[in-house]
Amino acid sequence: MISELHLPWLEIGILLPLLGAVICGFTRNRLRGHRIALLFAGLTSVCTIGEWIDFGTVQAFEAHDHWDLLQWLTGRSDILVIDELSAPLPALTSLLFLLVLLATLRTKLERFPLSLTLLSLSLTNATLSCHDPWLLIILLSLSILPALFELRQRGQSTRVFAIHMGLFIVLLLAGWALVDRSDGTASASGLSAALLTAAALLRAGVAPVHCWMTDLFEKASFGTALLFLTPMTGAYAVMHLVFPVVPGWAMHSIAVLSLITSLYAAGMAAVQTDARRFFCFLFLSHSSLVLSGLELVNVIGLTGALCVWLSVGLSLTGYGLTIRAVEARIGRIQLNRYYGLAEHTPTLAGLSLITGLSSIGFPGTIGFVGMELLVEGCVEFYPLVGLILVISSALNGISILRAWFRIFTGCRFQTSVSLRSRPAERFSVVVLSLLIIGGGLWPQPGVASRHHAAVELLRLKDRGLFDIDAEPTQPESPAVGPLNTPKNAPATPSQPGTAYAAWQPLATPVTFPATFRSVDNAAQ
Amino acid sequence: MLSILGICVVVSPLLLTLTLGLCMLLRIPLRERIISRLTSTAVVSGLLASLAILAVMLISDSRHVAVSAGDWVRLPETAARHAGEPDTVPEHHHTPGRPAEAHFHFTLKFVFDRLSVPFVMMTFVLCGVISAFASRYLHRDEGFPRFFLFFSFFLTGMILSSAAGTIETLFFGWELVGLSSALLVAFFQDRRGPVQNGLRVWSIYRIADAAFLLAALTLHHLSGSGDFAGLAGQGSWPEGDAIISPDSALLVGLLLLFAAAGKSALIPFSGWLPRAMEGPTPSSAVFYGALSVHLGAFLLLRMGPLLEESLLLQVLVVLLGLSTCVFATMAARVQSDIKSSLAFASLIQVSLIVTEIGFGLRYIPLIHIIGHACFRTLQLVRAPSLLKDYNSLINALGDPEAAAAKLGVSAPARETRLYRFAFDRGNLDPLLDEYIVRPVAAALLWSDRMERRWTAWLSGNSRTAGEETAIQPWTDQTMSG
Repeated sequence: MISELHLPWLEIGILLPLLGAVICGFTRNRLRGHRIALLFAGLTSVCTIGEWIDFGTVQAFEAHDHWDLLQWLTGRSDILVIDELSAPLPALTSLLFLLVLLATLRTKLERFPLSLTLLSLSLTNATLSCHDPWLLIILLSLSILPALFELRQRGQSTRVFAIHMGLFIVLLLAGWALVDRSDGTASASGLSAALLTAAALLRAGVAPVHCWMTDLFEKASFGTALLFLTPMTGAYAVMHLVFPVVPGWAMHSIAVLSLITSLYAAGMAAVQTDARRFFCFLFLSHSSLVLSGLELVNVIGLTGALCVWLSVGLSLTGYGLTIRAVEARIGRIQLNRYYGLAEHTPTLAGLSLITGLSSIGFPGTIGFVGMELLVEGCVEFYPLVGLILVISSALNGISILRAWFRIFTGCRFQTSVSLRSRPAERFSVVVLSLLIIGGGLWPQPGVASRHHAAVELLRLKDRGLFDIDAEPTQPESPAVGPLNTPKNAPATPSQPGTAYAAWQPLATPVTFPATFRSVDNAAQ
Repeated sequence: MLSILGICVVVSPLLLTLTLGLCMLLRIPLRERIISRLTSTAVVSGLLASLAILAVMLISDSRHVAVSAGDWVRLPETAARHAGEPDTVPEHHHTPGRPAEAHFHFTLKFVFDRLSVPFVMMTFVLCGVISAFASRYLHRDEGFPRFFLFFSFFLTGMILSSAAGTIETLFFGWELVGLSSALLVAFFQDRRGPVQNGLRVWSIYRIADAAFLLAALTLHHLSGSGDFAGLAGQGSWPEGDAIISPDSALLVGLLLLFAAAGKSALIPFSGWLPRAMEGPTPSSAVFYGALSVHLGAFLLLRMGPLLEESLLLQVLVVLLGLSTCVFATMAARVQSDIKSSLAFASLIQVSLIVTEIGFGLRYIPLIHIIGHACFRTLQLVRAPSLLKDYNSLINALGDPEAAAAKLGVSAPARETRLYRFAFDRGNLDPLLDEYIVRPVAAALLWSDRMERRWTAWLSGNSRTAGEETAIQPWTDQTMSG
């Protein structure tokens, strides 16, 4: 039986921005539309933070709404559910959307799609709360549409984005259809695993199928591209749809390719001359790092990956906001010249430095402990992986300061108009900075929350308690888990629901949950 | 009592950083006098606290005082066991007195012993002198608040590093020192030269920091906690035997040596030291003449028990120190500007200190560091007055160069090449650029071009946006001369 929250936070968090999108769509006055969008995004943010706090009071692994509309309609209480993994994600996402809307200048309102942004917020919140595989696939597919519409509105070519995302949807649908109909034969599970793995690689932007990301950043508005990527719904989808059902080789592929992508993107970020492409590669490097970390099978590494997931979302959104704010003042930024804007925009310069350093896990920022845990988790079992993570982080650090120097120093910027940041921008800056530094100086609550989630996830993996497709392959005794299976135990053939931890030596099988639906609920 | 004093030592610079940082973030302007007084207050209170600690230690004949601020981050072990994780944690994982359930902990622990107390006091004294000097030197400079903000970062980093009781805490301070150094090298941010050199310094630091992070986490894994006391057994510095095997000591030691080489500008990273002199004179004096450049040697001193575990490691430390010493001696004698000359003169002493550490000495390098730091600070803060001093000397003694010209003294031709090698600082930076940075950057730029073409082809557009603007990103990092 899934626990209940005290209020229908999840549904409100989805319906509010949806309502806001409709109202914004009918509002001709852009300034008024902006205020409406801010109001609805702010209310959504409050609701999702309330949901996170409420979830903390419930003290359960997962929970659903109190007055669950979907339960009333479908008779199922396990469609919109939050768990230890996803509890902070809607709150983080809503905050990011609110800050992006808040930091949008009046001069950019004509081109920034307010209604589509609120629609995206609604879809993203729904995605991050959804535990039904088919509904999740539908939501992931729908969440592509706002970005696609915007590209079309701006008269840009949609082919690269459409081809990649279309392929993602087709592969995901086909793969999951095979999983749904799987009779347990090796060929069926192998094919579905291949399809799902390919879909995961596409959505996560793993090299070499990452070009749609740079294309999106170059052609869409910066805010839209930022909000499409930074909530990392791709990683969420991989955790919920792909990892539970694919065998060891597929996970191994995703993990290795993510790691290579992290290093490659870090290198590419260091040589970019266009600020948007630079940011895209920087983000790709970090998101790949999170994805490879999520496949770690020790609790420290997984805790680190979950911490980095949150810190990177927060830090890189803030970093992107500063680039966006600078772009709003001087146009597209080229990193092959110096701008010297620190004198005119000291606040933005400060935020840019804080957020950039936070993303690489600089001490005293929110990213530090997460990165430390992640590398510690890797070094403990896979020193080479730890080495690559550290090199990626070092390269990213060099790239970030290089970009900072290019944008904010190096010359005197001559201008006849004031470039100072506006109050709304300053508010965003202060909120983000306080979150980043506060989380860095007092990391224990956040880390403890992510640690709890990591422990629960590994416990589920160990026991197979939440596996609806496969019988648990391990006894429920806490003493018997994949990690304390004898090291030379023979490998079991791959079968639905049984997978190998990607970084674990292949001799050690691990059972993953097919979804995060509990057996009890499946039986109902 | 000692705990309160220890906390005071660490908290005073931290509070200064937070105050100056928040004021800058919230755009609260502070007058120069207030900034100077805040800095002086932090320095004096920290110094008094450290003096009090020293007095208490001398009276009570205590050689090792540990001050723990508790676990900054703590993950309980019980949960990990539920997850089925094997108990790979060795017996010595837990710090004495720590609850047994701690699985991963990041302890904020500070140690006051015969290494850290002199280093902390030296840091406070030199930073106090330099802050007083800088408040006049940078009077009415528009970057005055920025300088003192970065300076407070540096002070905090140095104190955290000096008094660190765990390797993670040392890493925390180490990183702060690196960032503040790079930002202060680029202090005159309206010009390209300082900015490019700041980036160069930062790049070297990041690479060295990567090695340090790996070493810290490997050590944490091997010894269980990253605690220096745990690593060195029961003995206080400089006694104590490392509890890890010689092979592990070699691995961790090599990583730490790499990190120390980056921080102390040992070969092949010596190129950043003269570049760092682009910053204002006060920062050059305190960072690259006195404190920051000694941090690598401090790390090696702190990890002394580890070095003693591996003879090969000690030999490598000696070789690195000696080779840097020979190189720096040649370079220092032929530099054409006073700050570069002083930078290499500083490097000679640092490399000698490293050599002494490699030979197993502990107290002599420590005394050498303190003496050298004080002397070099004085030299560097007097560097701007050098011309005045020089003219006074010439007026009093006559011009030695003119006298040499009259006698027809000139360098033999066979020394010209050696002279140029030394003058060009061994071409270390161009070599790193040519053989490491350039090939990697060229491969990445080729990938970038291919990606752009592929995306353009998919879009149905033959034009590759932005390709024409691609530049060689490393070119401006190379400082000519």
